This record gives sequence, C-alpha cells and structure tokens, in this order.
Amino acid sequence: MSTRKYLYIPRRQVIRGLLATAAFGATSKLWTGCASTPSDTQAGAGGEASPVSDKPLVMGFIYVGAKDDYGWNQAQAMGAAEVAKLSGVKIVEQASVPETKEVQEVMRNMIEQDGATILFPTSFGYFDPHILQVAKDYPEVQFFHAGTLWKEGLPDNIGSYFALVDEGQFIAGRVAAMTSKTGKLGFVAAKPINPVLRNINPFILGARSVKPDIKMQVIFTGDWSLPVKEAEATNSLADQGIDVVAMHVDSPKVVIETAEKRGIYSSGFHAAQNDLAPKGYLTGTAYKWGTIFKNYVEMIQGGKTLMNGGIPHQVIGSLKEGYIELAPFGPAVSEEAKKDAEDVKAKIIDGSMMVYKGVVKDNTGNVEIPAGTAYKITDPKLTQIDWLAEGVIGKTS
Amino acid sequence: MALSRSNWRSMAEAIAIPIGAILVAMVLFGIFCAFYGKNPFAIYASIYKSAFSNWRAFQGSLLRAAPLMLTALCTALPARLGLMIIGNEGALVMGALGAITAGLLLSYGSVLPPPEQVQNLLGVPPVVVMLAMALAGMAAGGIWIGIAGALRHYRAVNETISSLLMNYIAIALLNHLVEGPMKDPASLNKPSTFPLPEIYKLGNIPSTRIHYGLIFGLILCIVAYFLIQHTTFGFAARTAGGNVKAARVAGLPVGKLTVTICFLAGACAGLAGMVEVAAVQGQANASIVAGYGYAGILVAFVARYNPLAAILVSILLGGIVASGGALQRTFGMPDATVLLFQGLVFIVVLYSESLYGRFPIFKDKPPEPAPPNPLHSSPCISLGVAEKQDKLKRTSKHPAPFSSPDSATPKFEV
Repeated sequence: MSTRKYLYIPRRQVIRGLLATAAFGATSKLWTGCASTPSDTQAGAGGEASPVSDKPLVMGFIYVGAKDDYGWNQAQAMGAAEVAKLSGVKIVEQASVPETKEVQEVMRNMIEQDGATILFPTSFGYFDPHILQVAKDYPEVQFFHAGTLWKEGLPDNIGSYFALVDEGQFIAGRVAAMTSKTGKLGFVAAKPINPVLRNINPFILGARSVKPDIKMQVIFTGDWSLPVKEAEATNSLADQGIDVVAMHVDSPKVVIETAEKRGIYSSGFHAAQNDLAPKGYLTGTAYKWGTIFKNYVEMIQGGKTLMNGGIPHQVIGSLKEGYIELAPFGPAVSEEAKKDAEDVKAKIIDGSMMVYKGVVKDNTGNVEIPAGTAYKITDPKLTQIDWLAEGVIGKTS
Repeated sequence: MALSRSNWRSMAEAIAIPIGAILVAMVLFGIFCAFYGKNPFAIYASIYKSAFSNWRAFQGSLLRAAPLMLTALCTALPARLGLMIIGNEGALVMGALGAITAGLLLSYGSVLPPPEQVQNLLGVPPVVVMLAMALAGMAAGGIWIGIAGALRHYRAVNETISSLLMNYIAIALLNHLVEGPMKDPASLNKPSTFPLPEIYKLGNIPSTRIHYGLIFGLILCIVAYFLIQHTTFGFAARTAGGNVKAARVAGLPVGKLTVTICFLAGACAGLAGMVEVAAVQGQANASIVAGYGYAGILVAFVARYNPLAAILVSILLGGIVASGGALQRTFGMPDATVLLFQGLVFIVVLYSESLYGRFPIFKDKPPEPAPPNPLHSSPCISLGVAEKQDKLKRTSKHPAPFSSPDSATPKFEV
C-alpha cells in the first residue's frame, strides 16, 4: 500500500515535468527558428561573396581516440597543429568521438557553433553513414575524409585524402632485416583486412629483398585497440626468438614499449615513436598529414573549393608527394642500413624501384604477381590484396 | 488518496538525496576545473548552454539519451527482482545482430545477397520489416539475458559475472559474423554486414534530428514502470526481490519470474541495438559497440532502478555527454574531462545510497503512544474489508471461506 501511495505523486510529477519539458522545447524551438535563419544566410553570403576575407578559415578536426595515442589520431592531430600555425586559420578539435550519432552531432556543432567551414572527421568509420548524412544538410561546408571512399555520385562537398604506406614499410622492412640478428621478424596486426595486409606484405617484401630467407610471424589481435592482447602478442613473439617487431594497430605504444622492455627492436607506424623506445626503435612509416592539410588550406584560401571543382575529390600520395616519411633512425640502425634506406628512398621516388614487382608469391605458394609484372602503388588491383606474402607465418582467416 | 506524513518524508528523501549527490559531484568537478585553471561557473554555464538552453541543443541531449533509456531498463528491471544484471552491452549487440539478420532476410531473402539481387527487393512493406526487426532484436537480446537469468535460477551462477562475461561473447560473435559469414565483400576496410535498403531505415521524428528510438525508450520506460508497480506480476517480482525465501513459501513461481524479467530486460537492450542498426548505422559493424550498454548501467543506478526516473537521468546524462564537446572546443579541456564528470556523479550517487535513513529530518515521528480508535484512524481499510465481505456474500451463497464464524453470522448483515 505504502509504495502505491508513494509512487502516485512522482508519476504525476514526472508527467508534469515531461509536459513542461515538451512545452519548453516547443517554445525554444520557436526562438531558434527565428534566430538561426539570419545567421544561416549570413554564413552563406559571406562564403560565396568573399572567399578571401579577413575572417579566419575555421577548420574542425574530429578524432576517434585520444590526440596523444602515439598512433593514427596523434598523426592527424600533429597535422592539424601544423595547419593551426598558418595565418588566417583557426582550428577547433574534439577527441574521443565514437562512430555513432555522436560524430554527427559534433560535426553539426562545429559548423553551427564554431562556424567551421572545413571539416576533417579523421576516423575511417565516420564516412558511412555519418559524413554522408551531415554533408547533405550543409552543402556549403567541405568535408575531407582520410580514405579512398569518395565516389562519383556522392555529395559534391566531400573529398577523400589518403597516404599509401607501402613504400615506407618496404624501406622499414629492409632496415629491420639488416638490423635483425636472429633473422626472425614479428608483426602484431589488428585485423586481416586490405590496408593492414598492405602494411605487412611490403614489410616482408622489403626484408626479403635484403635477406631472401627471412621469416616473419604475424599475430592478429582481432581489434584495433586491445592493449593487453598486444602486449601478450609482443611477449610471445619475443619468446620465440624474434628480435624485430612491427605493428599495425591503432596505437603502437604498447607494442613498442613491451619490445623495449624485452630488449628487442621495434619498427613503428603512424607517427614517430622514438621517445617510447630510445634503445630499440629502428624507424617506421610516419604519416605527414600536415603536408596534405596545408595544400588544402592553400587551395581554399586561393578561392578553390570541392564544389567549384578547384580541389580534386581524391588526393592520394606517398613518399614522392611527402605524404609519408620515415621516422628518425634509432641508435641501433647501422650507418650501412641508413645509407641503404636513403638510396632506396631516392630510387622509389624516381620510379626506378617498385614495391610490387613480380614474382611475388603468397605464403601458400600461389603466384600473386607474375614475373615481369609490376604494379604502381596506386593501382586499383592492389586494393584486392587479401593474401600474405611469402615468408609470412600466419593466416588471413 | 491523501498522503500520510511518512510518505511525504520518504519521497522527499528519495528526491533530495540523488539531487544532493549530483550537487556534491558538481562541486567536486568544479574544484577539479578550478585546479585546471578554468572558472567552474563558466563551465557549468557552458554545459547548460550546450545541452539544455534551446531546442537545437536539447535535441542533441535527447538524441544521446534515447539508447540509454532502453539499456538502463536492462539493469533496472532485474534489479527489482534482486538481480544485478550488467550484460546490457551484450544484449544490445545481440539485438543489433538479430535485427540486421531479420531486416536483410526480409529485404533480400538472404543476409548476403548476390549483386544482381540488390536491385530486386522482395517488396515487403516497410512497417512489416521494421516490426520484424524490432521483434527479432528484442527476442535476441531477451534470450541473451534470459540465459543469464536461467543460469542464475537453475544453476546458481552469479548473474553479474555471467552477464558481464556474456558481453564479451556477444562482441566476439559480432566481430566474427561481420568479418566472416555475414561480411559484405564491399566493406573491405571496415568489415560490416550488408547495408539495409534505404526504405527500411527508421527515420527521424519529423522536423527534428532525433530518431524514433527516443519514442521507443519513453514508451518502454513507462510500460516498465506500470508493469513493476501496478500489476500482480510486478508485485510478485518485487516480493521475490525483497525476500526470495518468503516468495517461495508464498508459492510465487520464482524461476519463471526470474527468467521472464531477465528476458524483458534483455529485450529492452535488444531494441536499443535494433535502433542503432535501423536508425543510425544502417548495418551492423564494430561501431555498434559504443558503450551505450555500460552507460545504461550508470543510468539505472542513478535512477535507483525506477524506470520513470531513468528517463530523466538519461536526459541528464545525454546532456552531459552533449556538453563534452564544448568543454573540449571552448575550454580546451582534455577529452577525458566529461568521463571524469560522469565518473564523479556515479561514485557520489553510489555512495549516497548509504545515506538513506540517516537523516532524522526524513524520518517518521515515533508513533503516538496511544493509537486512537482504529475505525477513525484507518477508515479506508475497515471500509474496504466490510465492502469486500458484503460483496462476497452477495456473489456466493456461502459465507466467505476465510471469514471466522463470528464474522459470518447473520448479525453482521444488519
């Protein structure tokens, strides 16, 4: 009896509260309805009439994780920091934004509250359906997404940018092979999907181009960020006598620190991680998103947009374009290896050396690239890679 | 239905303590902000502005609150039965899997339609598909938590541990399915299931950014409230939650209650999964695992397992999450700040549980030494009994079986 009585009042109050909230919402909708229309037209008029104005260019950067993860997000945030130094540019940033409705809200807030006209939602999973939906609602705002997902027919105000890591990892593989004493390499990877395989395969191809009989054990942890599994994987690789560990996970921090503790070498990814492993860090592919971002700023300040066709919808590059670089060499890398790396880099840039050049076999013996065939790294055929190259111990499924 | 003094007091206690706890958490967070060199009042003003100040901002809070209402029920319902279920995330994932499977089967006749079939939908009406997706999602989530309930009742497995561990199983199952048997070959870099056709997606409530998940959440919270508080089923569940031995002695089907409540709880979280698939992602992939389940546990705790309070707490939490962006962009606070605030609220509210009954102001006055005439002090009750006995006598010729010979004498009828 007493619970019944006790609950009669809250129910009424709750209903009253809900009604009040709804009423409040309805009224405040009216206010914003009036207020937002003029500001919308203002932004639209300003954007079209004076592309080079005194108003700073507001760029919004959204990251899926922390900005200091020593990985993908840090690489993007470093690029953003470079852009922030340019004159006439203001950046707003938000980190740890999940790939749900949340990111749509963040994009809308950046546009409506901070006045952002350029957005860089940097996580791969933001694209479909989130960027696609928001881009439709704001045709004046330009969205740049890291990937190769833009296709004809998608909204005009979306662009894709991407850096291919194959060449960097090829050189890093050579450095690893020349430094390894045991002749056994290890690789900690998240998932056996194309972009990861295009990190593993160039690494072993590079290593085997120096030492043709070298082997590499790969461990797939199953997800992008599983620190405990990554540490276990690194330890088990070290136990097997492997002395160089490379990785493709969201944050290479755990793998590199574990390798350093075990006294083995590590080859990094995403960003330069030299300070995580002052002794054992060799080198690694680091993205230079700053180069791409600065190019965009230049084009936009020059009055070009995605919508007027001034900016290409797909920007893609590698070593030659300066979209990636090799992280500074660690102390364990010999002078000989350093010189070799610089030579190979020069050859790759001038086109006299290629990463995917036949004969390339997979690790079950099938010929994947026949003799006499070579693929440029931008070749669409390479996006079909679903195999592990010869010398890799492991399976894709 | 007048309220007696004790009801006023216990109600005031039930409202004052959580609000007090939230205020304490705000003070603690304010101290943290002050140490960080920011003005706490400016920060609270900004939280209010970016979460509740106008309809546009409020939509953002409601949008974030929608899944939390549903996942909160997954903890709140079994808690009334004395079970601590924290498998919300797993039930949500299973619901998402169930919903996408049903959706794809009804759209294409297969979860992996061959390319030539993509243009040829089976032509099932959208309402039927959405209903089937919702039912499949609820069934999948319900069975998932129902298993935890059944393990509890029949095998005495601790339901907290089993439901927590089942989260990992559900997430692993999701990863396996989207990377293997259900993987859309076109989703190379982000393994996902085949996308739902556009016409079968659950849209937004007209002229808002909020999807229909909010309506589902509101309805289910209200239904759950009535189920628990105003039905014999709910009464039986609360009785079993109060003292399971007494409930058994009274002949309540404790096993059935446990499994049913767990099923209903899981069904709510499963519906949240269906909404994520049908209204937000349009397909199932790793983005489904976004922590809504765990946030739902927090909501249920703060709401003290009251489904109606869960609505308000969800909106509050949605607002806090919505304001996280402003903290980062306007104040340059780290991205973990908003998590810290949530954590503080959670811990302080949990601690405040121990304060119930400790404040004399909320306590009843000691009963008056000499109770006055019972007929005067509780007229309702005596009237109720008399009416019932009259009724019984009118409907049956025999005196009520439970009444004593005295009360059944004709004298009583006068």
